[in-house]
Amino acid sequence: MSAPLLEVRNLVKHFQIGRGLVRAVEDVSFSIEKGETLGLVGESGCGKTTTGRCILQLERPTSGEVIFEGRELTKLGQRDLRAVRRKMQVIFQDPYSSLNPRMTVGQIVAEPLSVHGLVRGAGARAARVKDLLTRVGLLPRHAQRYPHEMSGGQRQRVGIARALAMEPTLIVCDEPVSALDVSIQAQIINLLEDLQAEFGLTYLFIAHDLAVVRHISDRVAVMYLGKIAEMADRKSIYDAPRHPYTKALLSAVPIPDPELEIQRERIVLGGEVPSPLNPPSGCVFHPRCPIAIERCRTDVPLLTDLTPGHSAACHLASV
Amino acid sequence: MAATLLDVRNLQTQFATRGGVVKAVDDVSWDVMEGETVALVGESGCGKSVSALSIMRLVAEPAGRVVGGQVMFKGRNLLTLSEEEMRHVRGREIAMIFQEPMTSLNPVLTIGRQLTEGLEIHLGRTPPQARVRAAELLAMVGIPDPERRLPQYPHQFSGGMRQRMMIAMALACEPALILADEPTTALDVTIQAQILELMKDLSRRLGVAMLMITHNLGVVARYADRVNVMYAGKIIERGTAREIYADPRHPYTLGLLRSVPRLDEPRKSRLAPIEGQPPDLTRLPPGCSFVPRCAFRVDRCSTERPPLREIGANGATGHVSACWEAERLSREAVAR
Repeated sequence: MSAPLLEVRNLVKHFQIGRGLVRAVEDVSFSIEKGETLGLVGESGCGKTTTGRCILQLERPTSGEVIFEGRELTKLGQRDLRAVRRKMQVIFQDPYSSLNPRMTVGQIVAEPLSVHGLVRGAGARAARVKDLLTRVGLLPRHAQRYPHEMSGGQRQRVGIARALAMEPTLIVCDEPVSALDVSIQAQIINLLEDLQAEFGLTYLFIAHDLAVVRHISDRVAVMYLGKIAEMADRKSIYDAPRHPYTKALLSAVPIPDPELEIQRERIVLGGEVPSPLNPPSGCVFHPRCPIAIERCRTDVPLLTDLTPGHSAACHLASV
Repeated sequence: MAATLLDVRNLQTQFATRGGVVKAVDDVSWDVMEGETVALVGESGCGKSVSALSIMRLVAEPAGRVVGGQVMFKGRNLLTLSEEEMRHVRGREIAMIFQEPMTSLNPVLTIGRQLTEGLEIHLGRTPPQARVRAAELLAMVGIPDPERRLPQYPHQFSGGMRQRMMIAMALACEPALILADEPTTALDVTIQAQILELMKDLSRRLGVAMLMITHNLGVVARYADRVNVMYAGKIIERGTAREIYADPRHPYTLGLLRSVPRLDEPRKSRLAPIEGQPPDLTRLPPGCSFVPRCAFRVDRCSTERPPLREIGANGATGHVSACWEAERLSREAVAR
């Protein structure tokens, strides 16, 4: 078996805030094979976005390793990183704030081409921009427009074209559809899938929408308070979740069918997500867990394999 | 049979923009019965929030203006009340819950003060009485240790707690109707479930009617009695929740239901999006506004605007659709 495209080992990211320490990411490990999509789900503040930023080296991890295409990135200097970054791109949630409002769409997509010296000459760049715009479902004439003249879905397509311009192997998609209207979300998801098939892209798909993540991911990791609670292939995690948090998350997703909803038992979790400034002892989920036992207060559960490829961090998952 | 509590008739709200006049709410009629939960569903710019603001007479003038229609509430037309009379309606008889609690709570007033203010002004409670009631309200919406919470400020509350606080404020004066504009959109999934269950429970127990405004058809399936679907300033379909979800009769409703991946169904190899872009409200096509994106369009759709009409076989079921081809959209179309 070939080495994975991306391997994250024991990633830790702490932020110093005043006298407090925010434990945003606590010992997270996973890998993504080439051409695969790993979904990273969790609620706000669980560390999923920080994990993505640490992989891209937009945040320098506190400890741990990020191995991308065989190179360990956390120790690389800015110059070496720049070459690597071309291969790992990012698509952000909010296409409104991630596009420069003073640049035309053509300039936005062409900029990385000239910065990285990928395409030389204005004419060649313009041709490449048109090609990229067409590939993401826009028209060549959109190159003259400014971001404010476009709809949210079109702007997200521009963001995707800009990422594609670098011919990346890995794209970190950080909530790429959650700011879009429902009717447009499916368009963008289909586009991401088409591009993956066409260019053999690998995705880290960060999102809070479990239905979207099920649709697009090959494997899924569920995060809670900086840690991976459960990780498995798509089918196992949705059909046979083992961690009580995964079960609660799945049961909280509303289903657009009143008849089904009436019959459905909903696990409503009590309480709120605790602060990563002061995470609970033992299992970080124990204060909200419907099945917690005494041991969960004191012992930290390790992420352990239940079946090959399906792991959960819960003392009771193997019972 | 419950009586009609709110009856919105031919409401028209417009905004003057540089691009031209936007008919944000374009001749829209709907109603809410006493104790009923009604949903107003649609995407950004469809006019759902502006509908609520129009009812409360909170549309930002002079750019925005309610230019026509009636809003009958308990037999009075809210649009013709004096500003003084309207102040007694807002908060006292109709309360609002907004999407982002942090921006709708006053950051420099304590939680307690924001609750007691309405009680003193609208209900004439004395400060000590109001304080006792405020603590009761916090307890009712599931905020533990209310006495300790009252002197705190909104920033000391989490997102979910702030939304509970908004609900407590809305309930403070025992209104007959609550307008909830995307009340759970800013919240995490597990907290969303808590808040929706709480709202359902409270509205049942207290007999408060609710207008739930949302873009998420999934959210209202469990909670709404009736659903209005809006597109480009108009209601394009209305029915009971069961009718809307099991037998959608407008291509837009059908498209919304089909385009979202669902956890209760086998995973599809490909999603079925609604093609095209959301409508530009300054340049709506003549005829049906959904025409450019519609998979069921016929020639007539581009020239004649379809009215909302009954689609039940024997009429008068209350299930209405503004589509010339509503009959074609039968169950087979859904299963496709």
